[in-house]
Amino acid sequence: MSQQPLTLTGVQKAPRAALILGILAFIALIILPLLALLPPEHPLAMSTYTLTLVGKILCYAVVAIALDLVWGYAGLLSLGHGLFFALGGYAMGMYLMRQAAGDGLPGFMSFLSWSELPWYWAGTQHFAWALCLIILAPGLLALIFGYFSFRSKIKGVYFSIMTQALTYAAMLLFFRNETGFGGNNGFTGFTTILGASVTATATRIGLFMATVVLLAVSLLLGFSLARSKFGRVLTAVRDAENRLIFCGYDPKGFKLFVWTLSAVLCGLAGALYVPQVGIINPGEMSPTNSIEAAIWVALGGRGTLIGPLLGAGIVNGAKSWFTMAMPEYWQLFLGLMFIVVTLLLPQGVIGLLRKRRA
Amino acid sequence: MEFSPPDMLTQRYPADIRRRQRDPVLSLEKINVSFDGFHALTDLSLEIGVGELRCVIGPNGAGKTTLMDVITGKTRPQSGRAIYDQRTDLTRMTPVEIAQAGIGRKFQKPTVFEALTVFENLELAQKTNKSVWACLRGKLSMEQRDRIDDMLATLRLSQQRQRPAGLLSHGQKQFLEIGMLLVQEPHLLLLDEPAAGMTDAETAYTAELFRSLAGKHSLMVVEHDMGFVETIADHVTVLHQGQVLAEGSLKEVQANEQVIDVYLGR
Repeated sequence: MSQQPLTLTGVQKAPRAALILGILAFIALIILPLLALLPPEHPLAMSTYTLTLVGKILCYAVVAIALDLVWGYAGLLSLGHGLFFALGGYAMGMYLMRQAAGDGLPGFMSFLSWSELPWYWAGTQHFAWALCLIILAPGLLALIFGYFSFRSKIKGVYFSIMTQALTYAAMLLFFRNETGFGGNNGFTGFTTILGASVTATATRIGLFMATVVLLAVSLLLGFSLARSKFGRVLTAVRDAENRLIFCGYDPKGFKLFVWTLSAVLCGLAGALYVPQVGIINPGEMSPTNSIEAAIWVALGGRGTLIGPLLGAGIVNGAKSWFTMAMPEYWQLFLGLMFIVVTLLLPQGVIGLLRKRRA
Repeated sequence: MEFSPPDMLTQRYPADIRRRQRDPVLSLEKINVSFDGFHALTDLSLEIGVGELRCVIGPNGAGKTTLMDVITGKTRPQSGRAIYDQRTDLTRMTPVEIAQAGIGRKFQKPTVFEALTVFENLELAQKTNKSVWACLRGKLSMEQRDRIDDMLATLRLSQQRQRPAGLLSHGQKQFLEIGMLLVQEPHLLLLDEPAAGMTDAETAYTAELFRSLAGKHSLMVVEHDMGFVETIADHVTVLHQGQVLAEGSLKEVQANEQVIDVYLGR
């Protein structure tokens, strides 16, 4: 494998220009949603549709960064990150469903003629507990799954297959009505979040800004990890795990830490995604979603953090544009894009930018 | 095929004097390893003294690499004990614990962290707290930085300091890996064919380096290159079919009838 020049230089020698560009992008993204407040006839006005679309893509970008931390740095290709995303989304959904139902039972439960809430719904009417669940559900699952797989030294393609199986199993579980998460319809029909209407423009702006902040925090966290000795140990895990063991490091702990962190970031992204999109169903856990996330990372350039962010933006942006511009052929164009990037840009889009600079 | 007469005996080196003491840093007692009925090591007993430079030679499949695997905890023997430092039994420890206890190992194929720079390779290997939390907060002290720079000078890699290790030549990678072992400050160094693929000049320098290390560290070197063995070792163990066939100075070993039989395949 000649993945040799896959170094951390992009992170370590981040030129001032890139830093300034990043800060400008952040400010622009914070101001952007305010355009939605302008009257519709104003030339700069932004529709709530566009606002939601961009917000959605930003959530995906967080997933891409989280996946890059485990794949690009530690070499663990997860094909099940959609599960953590969906779990965070479901945790937020539980709170939103309780908000919508008031003192009664959520609609789908009365439909099943259940008389009381299942035990795991306890406390979900409180936003604080929902927030805990958003972090705990994906975090604990990742911790347990990671502990056993890293202890058994499962890696490479076997690890990928297991993550894929995990998300598939979870999807089947959530499809069942008896599981208590709304079966294949999932959660929808949200009304309020923290007392404010979910569809109000002001709420949408707030959610959008929260997503931008989450994205910035994930990026900063990722960069500081990558620059620390921890990040270098992760690259060492990826490139020569045996050497690292004989240097006296236990790779288990390092993998487990970054794996769990990545899952929590995904969960948070999912939690912000659900109120913006207005629905969560087991389809989010489908293996294809997780594979798509891996494509964003590969297309952007793995092991660079900023690349996957761009990758998520490019793929999802192109997807939205193609589906509008050429509804019949959009999948064709998407496929074409992947082929072109794989053939011509082995280091992803970020590799192209770097070549220009050099 | 015949051995060249060992007329050129190992030269005296200042540290050699300390190698006479016989306290074992490692003593293997009746180690048995078999893989699916194939006996890789049979009742193998071996002692390595403190500060000794021991060469282990033997034909292919003699169990040299398995021996290293047992010492570093990669392979668990079916029976037998491996006592390190006269106290700890290595057969009960994990590879990480063994590495932390002060046993360093160099692989047959040079293995370095290719995406990291030469400096970062040494930084990771350096003896320090290697837990997750320590690495999250860890910063290099000036002293540690100096020690790495000294090592780079010793390895003649100062010019390569900031180059990714993957871009080094084969010989340079070998040196870097040896350096990574040394900054771990191990008591016992296990080296699997350290001179393989090196130029003559590099081999000569490696030999010189090892002889200067003996005394401070104990070394066990597995090597095929007889010329290299001749320049470094004063004590040689010959393995054959998982057992110790002969032990002694290279001269004695080369005169041993059994050894000649094994090597000539008679």
